[in-house]
Amino acid sequence: MLIEARELVKIYAMGEAEVRALAGVSADIAAGEFIAVMGPSGSGKSTFMNLLGCLDRQTSGEYLLAGERVSQLGPDRLARVRNRQIGFVFQHFNLLARTPAVENVELPLVYAGVPGKQRRDRAMAMLARVGLAERAHHQPAQLSGGQQQRVAIARALVTEPLLILADEPTGALDSRTSLEIMALFQELNRQGMTVVLVTHENDVARFARRILRFRDGRIVRDEPNAAADAARALRAEAVPA
Amino acid sequence: MNIGALLRIALRALAINKLRSALTMLGIVIGVGAVIVMIGVGAGAQKRVEEQIRALGSNLLLIMSGARTQGGVRLALGSGQTLSEDDALAINREIPEALAAPALRGGAQVIWGNANWSTQIYGTTPEYLVVREWQLAAGRAFEPAEMSGAGKVCLIGATVARQLFGSADPVDQVIRIKRVPFTVIGVLETKGQSLMGTDQDDVIIVPISTARARVLGSATQAKQRAVATIWVKAAEGYDTKVVEEQVRALLRQRHRLQPGSDDDFSLRNLQEVMSAQEASSRVLALLLAAVASVSLLVGGIGIMNIMLVSVTERTREIGLRMALGARTRDILGQFLVEAVTLSLIGGLIGVGLGLAASVAIGSFLGWRVLLAPEAVGLAVSFAFVIGVFFGFYPARKAARLNPVEALRFE
Repeated sequence: MLIEARELVKIYAMGEAEVRALAGVSADIAAGEFIAVMGPSGSGKSTFMNLLGCLDRQTSGEYLLAGERVSQLGPDRLARVRNRQIGFVFQHFNLLARTPAVENVELPLVYAGVPGKQRRDRAMAMLARVGLAERAHHQPAQLSGGQQQRVAIARALVTEPLLILADEPTGALDSRTSLEIMALFQELNRQGMTVVLVTHENDVARFARRILRFRDGRIVRDEPNAAADAARALRAEAVPA
Repeated sequence: MNIGALLRIALRALAINKLRSALTMLGIVIGVGAVIVMIGVGAGAQKRVEEQIRALGSNLLLIMSGARTQGGVRLALGSGQTLSEDDALAINREIPEALAAPALRGGAQVIWGNANWSTQIYGTTPEYLVVREWQLAAGRAFEPAEMSGAGKVCLIGATVARQLFGSADPVDQVIRIKRVPFTVIGVLETKGQSLMGTDQDDVIIVPISTARARVLGSATQAKQRAVATIWVKAAEGYDTKVVEEQVRALLRQRHRLQPGSDDDFSLRNLQEVMSAQEASSRVLALLLAAVASVSLLVGGIGIMNIMLVSVTERTREIGLRMALGARTRDILGQFLVEAVTLSLIGGLIGVGLGLAASVAIGSFLGWRVLLAPEAVGLAVSFAFVIGVFFGFYPARKAARLNPVEALRFE
């Protein structure tokens, strides 16, 4: 199992009150899966993603990433886990402004301590993989939303992580561009990358092969996505290969 | 992460807000510049006082004849004739740690060839040169025979030498002082301005016996051995105040003054005057540097202010960097390097401007400004410390952000 989550509980203190964001979530995710996490806002899906991404710690429960009990690691080790094993994709891309695309992609390698030349080569290769080789020296402001998200995906992939965590990756894109981005995720998944994405759009969730539905801090439904094949067909129509 | 990578990140971040970075730096530029100029001005003033003091001679006491009362009018100090050469001899004899030189003073016109010049004539003894720590630039000092025999020989100051002889060699030339021919046997070293601003080199020194007999005239000196002033030097390592009291006691005894009556002479401890001047110039230098440091401190607060704004503005960026694997120390280092870069660049520009301003002040205002390499080093390291000190709090604030909240920050 790539991810083993056992009875994850997360309680936030909001002044006097306590908010139980996760009320005991268990899930196993195998390498190579493509999972959509769905649910209304406040259902705990973002909290779940933050725990999976080692950005936050659970109040109780157990989380094993590739067999490692990451919740017991210190902050620097956690940073290393985020750096080497997880690729993040955000709704608003979170690219560094006025910084060329290729340097944005290099950023995780900077923190990994990869030397400059090798860093540049790997970043360029990853940009080529998402189809933006010729835009490598453009700044984010000179790129379209879809292109920016591709740069962000290249950045998530550049350290060759175990899994990609995408938080509403199409939330800031129009529907046509959304389809392109989802097709890219699907392609990466077909090449063996584990992808977990949060969304509340059914059109987006359709691309996943398994859907986790959250409500009130619990997983209320965990089912394979029958529509996945249909989505593939849709992609073939919408996006010429 | 190595320092080069951090520096690149810092420079890019600073380049994004060029105007803001420049204005923030300006605080440090002004602060460092002010420190350099003020230390320069202060050190210059101090040096000037020190030089004047060295020119006057150290451990000096000056005794002047008391005021004379003439028909109820008290005349100036030195107008009375209460001091005599014998007082000086007595001091030399009775107080081993003091060296005294009596002096007569008057103005006279001097002529060499067709050049002439009005100057001060000092009639004194060979001890005078020792007391004033005055060396000869050329020629020789008086010989005993010239002292006792009222020899017509003289030593001339640098100003007199220049005015009368120009570039010619004055030694062994004959000049006329009040129409009396004198052989120049030596030229005194340059002493420069006195503390009071008079030219100490505008002087001719003759044996005291010669001065009395031929130049300054005995008509004004009713008493045969009266002198206007006696210069006294306390030997090195002796407290001038103790020597001052010994001299005072000796003179009072010699002048047969009753206990409780006023001195009939005036005794000034020049050493104390000079020490006070030196101390005040030191305090001035310190004060200037302190005021300049305050402006540097204000510059540092400016850096802290801007860094805090920057951390808040870039909360999302910090969250992102953390998500991508930046450790606490990477974030801390990034913002610390940014603050130090601001302060160091500002510091270096400040050094340049400060040095330029020092030179400008020196040449336009004619002030003496001392450019000390230590001041440059001090100001730059001070700027560095300011960067670290005022950058640390904002950087730590950034490094302590919770990545989840930082990423959600709007």
